[in-house]
Amino acid sequence: MLKVNKLTVRFRQHDGSRLVPIEDVSFTLGRGELVGLVGGSGAGKSLIAEALIGTLPRNAEVSGAVSLNGSAPQKGAIALAPQGRDALDPLAPSGRQVARFARLARVSCDVPQLFADLGLPPSTVKLWPHELSGGMAKRVLVATALATGADYLIADEPTVGLDGASADRIMALLADLAVSGRAVLVISHDLVRLARVACRMVILEEGRQVEVADAAAFAEDRLVHPFSRALWQAQTWEHFASEEEAC
Amino acid sequence: MKWSSWLIRFFLERMQRLLWLVPLAMVGLFTLIRIAPVDPVQAYVGARVALVGPEQRQAIATAWGLNDPIPEQFLRWLGHLLRGDLGDSMLFNASVSEVIMARWPASLSLIGAAFMLAFVVGTSLGLIAAAYKGRWPDRIIRAFAITLAVSPGFWLALLFIALFAVSLGWLPACCSAPPGLTLGEVTWGERLRHLILPAATVSIVGIAPLIMHTRARAGGFLEGAAARHLKAHGARDLPLLLGPGLRHALGPALTVHLAGAGELIGGSVLAESIFSWPGLGEATVRAAKGGDAPLLMGVALATLAMVFIGNLLADLAAHLLDPRLRNRPLGEARRRRWGLSHESGSANMTGGQP
Amino acid sequence: MTDLAQDVALAEEPSFPSEPVRRSRLSVRRRAMLSGAVALTLVLGVLIVAAFIPADTLRVNPATRMLAPSLEHLFGTDLLGRDMLLRTTLALGQSVGIGLFAAVVSTALSVMLGLVASVNRVADRIVGVATELFLGLPHFVLLMLVAYAAGGGVRGVILAVGLTHWPRLARVLRHEAQRVMASDYVAVSRGLGRSPLWVARRHLLPHLIPQIVAGFVLIFPHAILHEAGLSFLGLGVPPHLPSIGVILSESLRALGSGLWWLAFFPGLGLLLVALSFEVFGESLRRATDPDEGVA
Repeated sequence: MLKVNKLTVRFRQHDGSRLVPIEDVSFTLGRGELVGLVGGSGAGKSLIAEALIGTLPRNAEVSGAVSLNGSAPQKGAIALAPQGRDALDPLAPSGRQVARFARLARVSCDVPQLFADLGLPPSTVKLWPHELSGGMAKRVLVATALATGADYLIADEPTVGLDGASADRIMALLADLAVSGRAVLVISHDLVRLARVACRMVILEEGRQVEVADAAAFAEDRLVHPFSRALWQAQTWEHFASEEEAC
Repeated sequence: MKWSSWLIRFFLERMQRLLWLVPLAMVGLFTLIRIAPVDPVQAYVGARVALVGPEQRQAIATAWGLNDPIPEQFLRWLGHLLRGDLGDSMLFNASVSEVIMARWPASLSLIGAAFMLAFVVGTSLGLIAAAYKGRWPDRIIRAFAITLAVSPGFWLALLFIALFAVSLGWLPACCSAPPGLTLGEVTWGERLRHLILPAATVSIVGIAPLIMHTRARAGGFLEGAAARHLKAHGARDLPLLLGPGLRHALGPALTVHLAGAGELIGGSVLAESIFSWPGLGEATVRAAKGGDAPLLMGVALATLAMVFIGNLLADLAAHLLDPRLRNRPLGEARRRRWGLSHESGSANMTGGQP
Repeated sequence: MTDLAQDVALAEEPSFPSEPVRRSRLSVRRRAMLSGAVALTLVLGVLIVAAFIPADTLRVNPATRMLAPSLEHLFGTDLLGRDMLLRTTLALGQSVGIGLFAAVVSTALSVMLGLVASVNRVADRIVGVATELFLGLPHFVLLMLVAYAAGGGVRGVILAVGLTHWPRLARVLRHEAQRVMASDYVAVSRGLGRSPLWVARRHLLPHLIPQIVAGFVLIFPHAILHEAGLSFLGLGVPPHLPSIGVILSESLRALGSGLWWLAFFPGLGLLLVALSFEVFGESLRRATDPDEGVA
């Protein structure tokens, strides 16, 4: 069980003042669960991922408590699938890159099998990153995180830049991972797709947590905070959704 | 797109460029040589000036066609050139092609050795600087690179001679072999010993750009998103640099180095004169001093070809080492922006990549 | 590489404050001023000293032949008993003069060709071909050919270094001019009916002048090094005139006798002058480069 309690991230600025992009964010994430972390653009969602896997820049100050099964998370216990294709090395074939992550975690990994599990055709192993379509690149990024063997997984904006069908497929894939016993934290502003698969959603406004809502709250119109309601209404008028859920 | 068809198009494009570049270069060279206020007859007569009267000079000039209109002379020269006749060198008393054929191996071994030396030294220092970016090894290497970039290579050659040849007596200060011996009688070790100082001198020109380029590319990779992703999962700087980063750094470094190989030729002119190296550079200096126009033109043409080959190899290396360039047609690579190619990326993939 | 980054940047949300760029103790701008002061002091010092050295101080003096560096003769003396410090200073003065001339001529050529190329397609093609031709030969070989064509001597050297250093700066200026002319604010100005001259003065020049100044300074070190190289080979300044190249070529013959100072100090002087201008030019370029954060 990953417990995040009052996580706050501050930056010292050049002029000595502080910038506080993340303040008092609290949630829990257990194995078998998919939790969504939602907010508008610039809400600092990605910073939470960086704080959890310990890659914040040096001038950041983190306070609050993060514990994994009762102790501080060890390096490598949580893996991240970043959002951009640029996180893939442009000069290495996809398969070899994914193998790198297994090697870093000192675990063995059957890359072709992993690709097959993620719905990637076998030839993908030999493709260069620039030859991947948007959806494939996202899957390869997820593969890099899965190759480490970590049970806790963070997916950063997995649907951004994808067409609707591809976005649906990648969300379903993440839900499957949760069903198979992993813990998945999905950072996204795609509230509608997330609501279909998430157990809970942490809603951020400008880096402040305004609400933790269970998935049903959206459909049943039980959202408390006006920002959450606004966010939901802004996105649902074009989607009409209620389908399979992970929990 | 098929790899072989790409290669063919690549060479076609280059040939097309040669088609208009070479004639212009010819005209330029011919003009430069012809406007020189050096009287070819005087240069030919040289020390025998007392023995040759004005009538004989006139006869020589007529025989050489020096009194004909310049365009006619140019066309005649071009005609000879197409038949492989570069004219005769007065200084060496042989045909220019013979002189070039006799001398290019020495130049090539010198430039080749310098090329490799500069590559090894330049990229290693660049990688070290990138690994220690912002800290003192980086600062020292950068200061070294800037100093090297403005160091007169021929002055450093003099210091090399003063130190390694005169004071310490470790290495020879002259020639490609001990005096009095023909190349066949010299051992490889002996040849190598003669090569060290000249090659070091020539390599100086190439090292500084390599350091800065390798450093920038390797540093760019280490700070990039791909490296950050790897680091987030436990990778460290040094293994990253020597593993995945090496390809990011060495590919562009090789490209830049090949494209800059021409400057090594320039450096070899000075180095060959200083060390009496029996190569083309030394011949060039003698030709320029002695007014040996045919030889000067011949060497310039040979140099032109070498620079062209260097650039060709550079482009080839760039495309071979970077898969992103490989899949794109040549002209398009320059014109089209990557930003629109989500679709073309997947089209590429379904189009049956190897 | 950058293209790929662009592709991704489109999809990314604005990133959060990254680590502030670690600043060196001197800001870019102050560093440019400092290095400029050093370079100019060095050059003015050399020129003034060179101008005020009485002609007879360099007289041949058999009593002081081949002296190693000492307090009396800091740089030692040469085969004819002349003080090397004085000879070096005089020669550097000459180097600076030739470098200045080359920088002026080459910069003027670059500005002309770069601007012409940026306004007209045909002109652009012609300048492009000329640049390619000039870069088709190694710079030093080209220098030798031009010096040869001009008949050698001082005239040959001056023409050679003056006429061959323009391609790099011309390329930069052409690129910069094209970038500015294609920008939205130029389009707006044109739409508002401003004359081409107005646009050139108000939009183009402010962008180009820093590049021109930096380019001018950066031509300097190359020009003086090339002059020295040509003179060293005997293709440039004749032996009786002061020149670092000539001094070094003399010293080559004396190296075997262990007279290292004949080569060491004059070359070091040349290196320092070239280095000071290179550092000055580079910091100028950085101070005016919009991609480089002016801290």
